[in-house]
Amino acid sequence: MVEHTAHIEEHRDDEASKLGMWLFIFTELLLFGGLFLVYSVFRMQYPVSFHESSLELSVAIGAINTVILLVSSMTVAMALTAIQKNNTKHALIFIGITLFCAAVFLFNKYLEWGAKFHHGLYPGSELMQLLDRGHHLYFSLYFFMTGLHALHIVIGMTLLFVCYFKVKNKSINNKDYVLLENGALYWHLVDLIWIFVFPLLYLIS
Amino acid sequence: MSNGTQKNEYVSYLDYQGKYKGIMSWIMATDHKRICLLYMYTIMSFFFIGVLLGIMMKLEMITPGKTIMNAKMYNSVFTLHGILMIFMVVIPGLSAVFGNFFLPIHIGAKDVAFPKLNRFSWWIFVVGSIMAILSQVLKDGPPDTGWTFYAPYSTSTSSNVVMATAAAFVLGFSSILTGLNFIVTIHQMRAPGMKFFNMPLFPWSLYATAWIQLLATPVIGITLLMLIAERAFKIGFFDPALGGDPLLFQHLFWIYSHPAVYVMMLPAMGVITEIIPTFCQRQIYGYKAIAISSLAIAGVGFLVWGHHMYTSGMSDTARWFFSLLTFIVAVPSAIKVFNWITTMYKGSIDVKPPFLYALVYIFLFIIGGTTGLLLGSVATDVQVHDTAFVVAHFHYIIFGGMGFAFFAAIHYWLPKMYGRMYNFKIANIALVINFIGFNMLYFPQFIIGVQGMPRRYFDYPAQFQPAQITSSIGGFILLAGLILMITNLVKGARSGAPAPANPWNGSTLEWQIPSPPSLENFDEEPVIKSNPYDYK
Repeated sequence: MVEHTAHIEEHRDDEASKLGMWLFIFTELLLFGGLFLVYSVFRMQYPVSFHESSLELSVAIGAINTVILLVSSMTVAMALTAIQKNNTKHALIFIGITLFCAAVFLFNKYLEWGAKFHHGLYPGSELMQLLDRGHHLYFSLYFFMTGLHALHIVIGMTLLFVCYFKVKNKSINNKDYVLLENGALYWHLVDLIWIFVFPLLYLIS
Repeated sequence: MSNGTQKNEYVSYLDYQGKYKGIMSWIMATDHKRICLLYMYTIMSFFFIGVLLGIMMKLEMITPGKTIMNAKMYNSVFTLHGILMIFMVVIPGLSAVFGNFFLPIHIGAKDVAFPKLNRFSWWIFVVGSIMAILSQVLKDGPPDTGWTFYAPYSTSTSSNVVMATAAAFVLGFSSILTGLNFIVTIHQMRAPGMKFFNMPLFPWSLYATAWIQLLATPVIGITLLMLIAERAFKIGFFDPALGGDPLLFQHLFWIYSHPAVYVMMLPAMGVITEIIPTFCQRQIYGYKAIAISSLAIAGVGFLVWGHHMYTSGMSDTARWFFSLLTFIVAVPSAIKVFNWITTMYKGSIDVKPPFLYALVYIFLFIIGGTTGLLLGSVATDVQVHDTAFVVAHFHYIIFGGMGFAFFAAIHYWLPKMYGRMYNFKIANIALVINFIGFNMLYFPQFIIGVQGMPRRYFDYPAQFQPAQITSSIGGFILLAGLILMITNLVKGARSGAPAPANPWNGSTLEWQIPSPPSLENFDEEPVIKSNPYDYK
């Protein structure tokens, strides 16, 4: 009986794991895709308001965040290469840098949102209600899109934290690294989503 | 120690003792067969609550005006009826129940690709269901928007819309993860020698279904999130009073909800495609056509959503485009019907309950499908949109179609799942009662719908009363038939005569293993035939 249970749980199929993560990524693309669709509908309706509102965002911080995420995608890929070469030390360092980049991204987001909140601009605020349609929609979409994206940053960080500890205790190693591969893949997705969000919100001036 | 060729001692999956004992061995089960039963018991419970809500509506409709409830309560009753039946019964329905049990067996596998994810899917299903129940009892009162949650009523009504939509969001995850699991299972875990075109047609239908679950459900996910955000922050995505677009909600909603009906229907067609060859002892006619038509239905099904919106104010161009595609999507379904009937030609027919249910399915599906064409054509739809005609159409398709396919599946596979047989005579009597009750309940709705009876109305002009009374009586007859059917099945599962491995002389892999199967399904390597329906 014990052999039975062990036999089922030992079943390991890396290709299946990777396929599973790719399929999950497709669902995320459709989730954000729906949101981008709504954004485009309203931007087509209120092009001037959207342009004006986007001037309220700091392109500089947005661009810095973009670079941070791109670097973090690079470091997580380097972590994967490191573990494939059995270099646990470097793998941990690179995952650590990735997580650090993610934290900085979130900190910048906190600064940006904080600035808006300070001016009374947040979902449901009195000021929001006073804005005209186009501006109201733009800022609602701003908070919705960046908020949903930030949630996915947190999910990605959680996955990478798990990977960090599994690299540390050697359950991710140069013979079995599909979990890190999948975590890195998810991280690339989170980066990719930002690559779309950034120009849509920040660069339409 | 145990290698592939060693024969292990047979223990039924129902008796297997693993790491957990008692109720925990069920709640923590990762065995796809146990997860099937968990889904089946939860889904059947929700089905019966939904039936009772339907009966309440039928009681209300016996007389014009208030009979047993006022208008607001009626709105809440049909809303819950829809939410339960759609999100908690027919969407998970066949995939999560029979898909879970038989997909791995049909492809010669021990389990699905991700058994723990499978268990997690069921847990999420339970959480979402609890949230749906909570939406009924929390202080703002049950939602009264209809299961379609159209804006702007859904953005402004004071009822528990947020909890209900959050429940649907959570249930959506269960659907997505099941779809993901099945796609990977079919790609990665077919036994050696079983290529895609050697699979039986039930896995093919589950494959097409899984892609829809995976790709369409996220769209309703984001739509419901936006609805919640709109209510919480008064944003104005959908509410015209805030500058929003109610049609945007309808488009987003139906971009998921139309493909969702194929999630309901494709596995049902897969079941029928399994039953007919077995009871005709004949090769299925047009295997490749049926396999490809499943994919075609899934694909084209993503392009027809606007046929729910012909009277909403869409442009004429949009209307004719959606109408054209709706007619096109009917073609692969018709192909299946022709192939089923052709399979019977020169077959050696064994008139057992599963086959009778399959025949009834075909009859009811044809009625549902052809009335769908009437709805798909813009000119005629304008007359019957939002009338009882639509209600009759979708009940013929979902209940008469998928529901009766579900009953067919239980009658077909119960002996395999429980190792016991039920009483055929009572099963057949219940079927006849169900058939009579079902048609009496829904056919009059076609007639009064064309005559102008609106849907979701609890009041009506006196001229519709005879049809309403007939319909309500039909409802009671159907209820009696359902109770008889279930009682017979439960009795059979618990204490029926022991069933052999292959009571129907079927040719697919589940009939080559004991009834009930052992934990890992195949104690010996299965023999994979290149033609899964080889009857000679």
